Amino acid sequence: MRKVLKPLAATATAIALMWAAPHAAAFCGFYVAKANADLFNEASKVVMARDGNRTVITMVNDYQGDPTEFAMVIPTPVVLQESQINIGKKSTVDHLDAYTAPRLVEYHDPDPCREVEFLKRSRVQTAMAPAAPMAMADSAEGLGVTIEAEYTIGEYDIVILSATESDGLQTWLDREGYQVPPKARSVLASYIAQDMKFFVAKVNLEQQARLGGEFLRPIQLAFEHDRFMLPIRLGTVNAKDKQDLILYTLTRKGRVESTNYRTAKIPTDMDLPLFLKSDEEFGRFYKAMYAKTAEREGPSTILEYAWDMSWCDPCAADPLSQAQLRELGAFWIGRNGGASTGSASQIIAPQPRPGGQARDAFVTRLHVRYDAASFPEDLKFQETGDRQNFQGRYVMRNPFKGDLNCPAGADYARDLQNRFEREATQLASLTGWDVSEIRQKMRDAGQTPPTVPKIDKQPWWEELWNK
Amino acid sequence: MFLRNFLIDARYAQIAVLFTLIALGITVFNFDIPVWHAGGVLCAALIMQALCARLVHVPFDWRSPVITAASLTLLLRTDHPGWSLLAGGLAIASKFVLRVNGKHIFNPANFAIAALALGASGVWISPGQWGAAGWFAISLAALGLIVTGKAKRWDVSLMYLGSFAAILIGRALWYGDPLAIPFHQLQSGSLLIFAFFMISDPMTTPDARPARLIHAVLTAAVGAFIVFDFYRADGVILALILTAPLVPILDRFFPADRARWRASKEPQYA
Repeated sequence: MRKVLKPLAATATAIALMWAAPHAAAFCGFYVAKANADLFNEASKVVMARDGNRTVITMVNDYQGDPTEFAMVIPTPVVLQESQINIGKKSTVDHLDAYTAPRLVEYHDPDPCREVEFLKRSRVQTAMAPAAPMAMADSAEGLGVTIEAEYTIGEYDIVILSATESDGLQTWLDREGYQVPPKARSVLASYIAQDMKFFVAKVNLEQQARLGGEFLRPIQLAFEHDRFMLPIRLGTVNAKDKQDLILYTLTRKGRVESTNYRTAKIPTDMDLPLFLKSDEEFGRFYKAMYAKTAEREGPSTILEYAWDMSWCDPCAADPLSQAQLRELGAFWIGRNGGASTGSASQIIAPQPRPGGQARDAFVTRLHVRYDAASFPEDLKFQETGDRQNFQGRYVMRNPFKGDLNCPAGADYARDLQNRFEREATQLASLTGWDVSEIRQKMRDAGQTPPTVPKIDKQPWWEELWNK
Repeated sequence: MFLRNFLIDARYAQIAVLFTLIALGITVFNFDIPVWHAGGVLCAALIMQALCARLVHVPFDWRSPVITAASLTLLLRTDHPGWSLLAGGLAIASKFVLRVNGKHIFNPANFAIAALALGASGVWISPGQWGAAGWFAISLAALGLIVTGKAKRWDVSLMYLGSFAAILIGRALWYGDPLAIPFHQLQSGSLLIFAFFMISDPMTTPDARPARLIHAVLTAAVGAFIVFDFYRADGVILALILTAPLVPILDRFFPADRARWRASKEPQYA
């Protein structure tokens, strides 16, 4: 989170704590780090906004090489007109990535000696406080390739093709400088047989220079089709290793899931040792845990976030504004409705609970690590009616550092020993890291259990009759 | 007595297998089955069975509503207990109301899933939830039922799976796709549950074997059509709703003895 927002987040959380009963505080906390998609090298990011059969796809590529060598070939279910293609802003996708990123939250244990007293006093209040709701030409004809349309949009030269046979399509693509691996032929043939069209794009160097662009902006496609799918097969043809895809969907009803692969949830709500506090260490943890989870679950899409876009708790970034959601293709959000005229900067603070501006959008973040062997078929999806919120949330509990010289303090010290050990073994099982190394790092970071103070325990009967 | 019942009535074995699959789903495959959903469909199914049995003056039988509830628990997902209750009730009610020649037309769970999945936004099925390991577990259970003779209509299950596989493999060959694609499509837990616990329901399948086999092939073809031309993941289940009304016609052309769970001359509301 940006530094300026931190105090705001803290204030908002503090207010929330006062409103909510103490037990509800267990779900809040101070957001400290996030694991965004940049962690995963060359991860493709795709945003899909869909309602009914209307779909808007935003594709972001992190292509860093020579722009003359950049080319993309995407099968699409329909022939796209110029007005159906748009160039989006990478920053909006980055914002959505940050909003949905797995997050680390931090708590500070209270003084155990005073906690007991506090709990006694607050019990009545707790009972009364309502629980707060928590919560992506001519020679052509001879080859059986029809150029349906050609456009130059932004820094891209775009050609929409239909084809009758894959050999011709491949020859055409090769001649035009799209380096399609030979093994792709059968995949192209399959898409042709399914009556899919092809969207092919190259960088127009003149336009790119004129725009002064250093990076390639996301391409957006809007179309209507009953097929809710993402073609991944072409990408797997020549890939040596597994690839990462992060799909963000914006829908109205609820969570999106794959219908032809399992959807597994990323392990969440774990207590983590304190040495993982920095963005770098937390990122290292998340990568290791994701790798282990993806391996354990087999070919599955892994759910990292599912949330109503109106709020977040804790917020890794502000919810997107109505204008930003429209930018990402959420066409159903009113053109003039609400504050859609406002820009992102007008959103004031992270919104730890419902309230503020309602946004008619449900976001799902699915992370897929795939190759041709484990994912032979394109990803197919459906929108479900499930509106349960889910997030990858990891908790860091700072132990109380003061005097523990009271019976509750002694209990707390004993609990801490168990808690630290549990954190170490859990981290080892989640990441596959060596447990003794974890213990060592915990000690190096000063996370050692306090000595248990010797307290003469009051006999229970004295406690009972308050003697 | 219980053991004798277990041996003569195949429904006990079905209940045991379905409950084992629910337990596996929750513990191993992390299915999100809320207690209110499982409880909701079970209560609604039992209450509706009791009510309808009283209305048509037949003894109350708990076994088939439990099977229906277990199927709904495994296959259906809802966002509200109201939908779960409605699913359980609707399933059993269809069995008592929609009847031709003393036989109900639709498999109760199939009817409820199709009616709600088409009509309500908060109801869906999750065909991808089992994965390859889950598929293997269901295959073992199904094989167990066939070997022990508890799957009375295993001919339907195998004919259905065989013809569906043939369509998928044929389609892949036509498109020039690698065979990994149809094999992946066949590794669907929901497809197996449908084949062994829904389309093979002895009460709603045709009485004669040739008719059953024709019905299985038709249902597979319609299912594949809905899945690939209408892009509906629940096409397999919806197909049975469309082909079930053909059963009374098939029964007329291929007469045979009616299936019974146990020796009895009473009309079967199971």
